[in-house]
Amino acid sequence: MLNLIKGLRLMINIGLGHYLTLGAIIFTIGIIGIFLNRKNIIVILMSIELILLAVNINLVSFSIYLNDLTGQVFRLFIIVVDAAQAEIGLAIIVVYYRNSGTIRVEEIDKLKG
Amino acid sequence: MIGAEFLGMIMLIVYVGAVAVLFLFVVMMLNVAQQKNQWFSSAESSKHIPVGLIISTVIFFELLIVIGGWKYKPDLFNIKNLVTDNDVSNTHSLGQVLYTDYIHVFQISGMILLVAMIGAIVLTFRQRIGVKKQSYLKQISRERSEGVQVLNVEFNKGVKIDD
Repeated sequence: MLNLIKGLRLMINIGLGHYLTLGAIIFTIGIIGIFLNRKNIIVILMSIELILLAVNINLVSFSIYLNDLTGQVFRLFIIVVDAAQAEIGLAIIVVYYRNSGTIRVEEIDKLKG
Repeated sequence: MIGAEFLGMIMLIVYVGAVAVLFLFVVMMLNVAQQKNQWFSSAESSKHIPVGLIISTVIFFELLIVIGGWKYKPDLFNIKNLVTDNDVSNTHSLGQVLYTDYIHVFQISGMILLVAMIGAIVLTFRQRIGVKKQSYLKQISRERSEGVQVLNVEFNKGVKIDD
């Protein structure tokens, strides 16, 4: 069994393409999450986080494979913006729930006119 | 972790420690359990599902094309801005760059976090009505003239305190 795992690891030889494919898959999962679940706004926020995560995976893998540190520095600042965005989004959701008693997406139509 | 061990650890700390816990707390605060999940049950609301699937598959294949594209542009590897040094560790080199070349961006990101924190606190702050609180300013700025009153009390009459 151990030999099999070792052999597989030698055979696969993870490269840049694998990381980019992982990023693409996570990005697509985020898009599907937004489209499939239009009821729950928290799940939509989580999907946005997934999309950001996919972009970050791309940045870091390119940064490693191009031997260029700029991508990682950029990714560090993206983490900051990401955390701030999640915080503010959840605070807005909490305030909206307190004011109107619902956070179902189809019932948030105050701006519909 | 393909050599970016500092970012891997930061990812774990920030996402698991901060964002996931934040989501957990919000889910706890809001009453999500009363929302029924009927994703596929009602016919009229599931009209958007094929559209979403089509769009996401299109985006996925576009991304795959982009991934394939870098093979046809091999001189992409020659573009170098901040070349990593293999002698020092990843964290070391990140720190060397972060506090020198990117110091202003670093400070601005700190400001962003501060503004986000203050914004979240201000948004969710709620002043409850009817809760008794100490007001230090009121206590300190109290004068003798409004606190003590000298009255000439008549015999057998008494004083009304709360006038």
